[in-house]
Amino acid sequence: MNMQSPPPKRELGQCFVATVTLAHGGGGKAMKDLIDDVFISAFAPGAPQALEDQARFDLGALASHGDRLAFTTDSFVVNPLFFPGGDIGKLAVCGTINDLAVGGAKPLYLSCAVVIEEGMEVETLRTIARSMAQTAHAAGVSIVTGDTKVVERGACDKIFITTTGIGVIPRGCELGIERIAPGDGILVNGLLGDHGAAILCARGDMALETAIESDCAALHGLIADLLHAAPNTRCIRDATRGGLATVLNEMAEASNCSIEIDEAAIPQRPEVRGFCEILGLDPLYLANEGKIVMAVPPDEIEAALAALRAHPLGRDAALIGHAGAGEAGRVTMQTVFGGRRIVDMLVGEQLPRIC
Amino acid sequence: MKYADEFRDREKAQVLIREIDKLAASIRVGRTRPIQIMEVCGGHTHSIFRYGLEGMLPESIELVHGPGCPVCVLPMGRVDDCISIAEREGVIFTTFGDAMRVPGSKKSLLQAKATGADVRMVYSPMDALTIARKNPDREVVFFGLGFETTMPSTALTVLQAEAEGIRNFSVFCNHITIVPTIKAILDSPDLHLDGFLGPGHVSMVIGTAPYEFIAEFYKRPMVVAGFEPLDVLQSIWMVLQQISQGRAEIENQYARIVPTAGNAAALAAVTRVYELREFFEWRGLGSIDHSGVRLREAYAAYDAERKFAIPNLKIADPKSCQCGEVLKGIIKPWQCKVFGTACTPEVPLGALMVSTEGACSAYYQYGGIKRQKTMVPA
Repeated sequence: MNMQSPPPKRELGQCFVATVTLAHGGGGKAMKDLIDDVFISAFAPGAPQALEDQARFDLGALASHGDRLAFTTDSFVVNPLFFPGGDIGKLAVCGTINDLAVGGAKPLYLSCAVVIEEGMEVETLRTIARSMAQTAHAAGVSIVTGDTKVVERGACDKIFITTTGIGVIPRGCELGIERIAPGDGILVNGLLGDHGAAILCARGDMALETAIESDCAALHGLIADLLHAAPNTRCIRDATRGGLATVLNEMAEASNCSIEIDEAAIPQRPEVRGFCEILGLDPLYLANEGKIVMAVPPDEIEAALAALRAHPLGRDAALIGHAGAGEAGRVTMQTVFGGRRIVDMLVGEQLPRIC
Repeated sequence: MKYADEFRDREKAQVLIREIDKLAASIRVGRTRPIQIMEVCGGHTHSIFRYGLEGMLPESIELVHGPGCPVCVLPMGRVDDCISIAEREGVIFTTFGDAMRVPGSKKSLLQAKATGADVRMVYSPMDALTIARKNPDREVVFFGLGFETTMPSTALTVLQAEAEGIRNFSVFCNHITIVPTIKAILDSPDLHLDGFLGPGHVSMVIGTAPYEFIAEFYKRPMVVAGFEPLDVLQSIWMVLQQISQGRAEIENQYARIVPTAGNAAALAAVTRVYELREFFEWRGLGSIDHSGVRLREAYAAYDAERKFAIPNLKIADPKSCQCGEVLKGIIKPWQCKVFGTACTPEVPLGALMVSTEGACSAYYQYGGIKRQKTMVPA
């Protein structure tokens, strides 16, 4: 389906049943009504038009933003679908926007492909689609194409969403993980671990009640401000699955530098620290959905910090360490206690400790 | 964070390190080998690596990471038994998180879950009982695991199940007891250990009296230690004080949590529900007499071992594995023949590579910094 090119307008179909069945994936009227009711009305309100099988872009308009396309895709599976601070729809939009933005790109267009488990409530689907639409609208990004599949109960967990994004990289913007050099400052834009802790709490397995909210947010505005203030920023990565520790290891490995961070400088919410203490989890490995890690040359660190802190999504930004000329690929941490330890990649999933 | 940050104070640590340096230097005179102190408990091992304590200590002190990680010392045959229960029709198998990854001879619980077994992670045995209440048509089995620290909560859950008349709940009991194991280590002929950090949370339940034999018969000092980094440093300092003054006593650094007499209510529940097994198999250490407990006859209805036919096969540790020697401090983890090659955290051969509290896994993931400069024990 395509929601781009100009009218003629048409009547939107409506879905009158409460739950999704395999009939909604059959390619007939039921499917068309579901797509119209749930997705088109959310993503392209007020401009219903004939649908093509692809979105079409004017190359000239794209080229006005820069000289290279950025193209990325990501699938989103999360349990529960709704959690404090967000939902799977918001996550699916922000995640792909951020994957474009950390390459310096201005995010422009998204696709949205959903796999729905039969039995899903249509109203829940509407809520998710509205959340995607609101998030995209606020970010100045259009959802321009998509796909809907329905699978048998048990073949997927409620809903899986895949978003693909296209953005344009401005001329002269050259971010790259291999450009990190000894002496560079390692910066983060705020409190770490909120998303991972919020999701673990929301699952309810741990019977812990907290007020921790996911940090899920689109960061392209913040990144634009950063690159304006510190144009020689070497690279930006979003610290999603695997957390800060994983990104730092990727940075050290790709650049052949060592990285040393200072545990005391890592911004963390006391609630997240307490949560990790109770369950025996290491906050360095908790997922984030609105946090980036940056390497910035020494003479631009101050400017970068000031720009980050001036933005609502970077208020708690901090310099947490430096790249060095030590053992290539090695990440170490000065602990709060004054000792030093290696920060390695996680082997598997983090599991709560017994005692 | 209250009750945590005050025990992680960098400046107090420096004061203690200076005192430890002085004491270690005075003890060092005339010695040809390092001062070996064993932290019995995996929780201490975790703190030591988490805060980088080894690198802060003088080189003449060597920390030997003991057998107190219940996840690590679980033998493969018992994991196989878990999987055979978990894969039975109608069973919900509940377990603490970090036991999910422990490899059996064929697979781990995590792998059994991936191939269809209903394995669920719980934070407390009471959560397992809740699952049993909600699923009256299913058999809910709790994987009872751990030292005296977790033993009382399993016992109380069994008593609660009995009080409520819940019949679809049982415990696969693998609880073990630390004292016979410390004794087995002390009886080993090639032992070099000079002193112990005693397990804090175990002692919160059993008190300090059960360790008296260590001082009395084996003439080794032990300090029951807390788990924050300042606790560990202060306890090391207390052990060194004893060594330098020629004393061997059981001291309690963790008095804010550990009462000398232990916890009477917890001990009563433990005594009521469990009896000692004749022996229990430990991964890396072999069979140790009276080192495990089982449910008493009176609670047979809650005993998964009696309720289900389990294979109960003994699976020998791999021959190349040197966990036993690492546990006793005879070699360091990286001196093992298979460390980091045939035995890694992804594919652990030996007990100590299994959980982050295991010495080998800790060295593999956090180690390296002090490794190059540590002395080889004489």
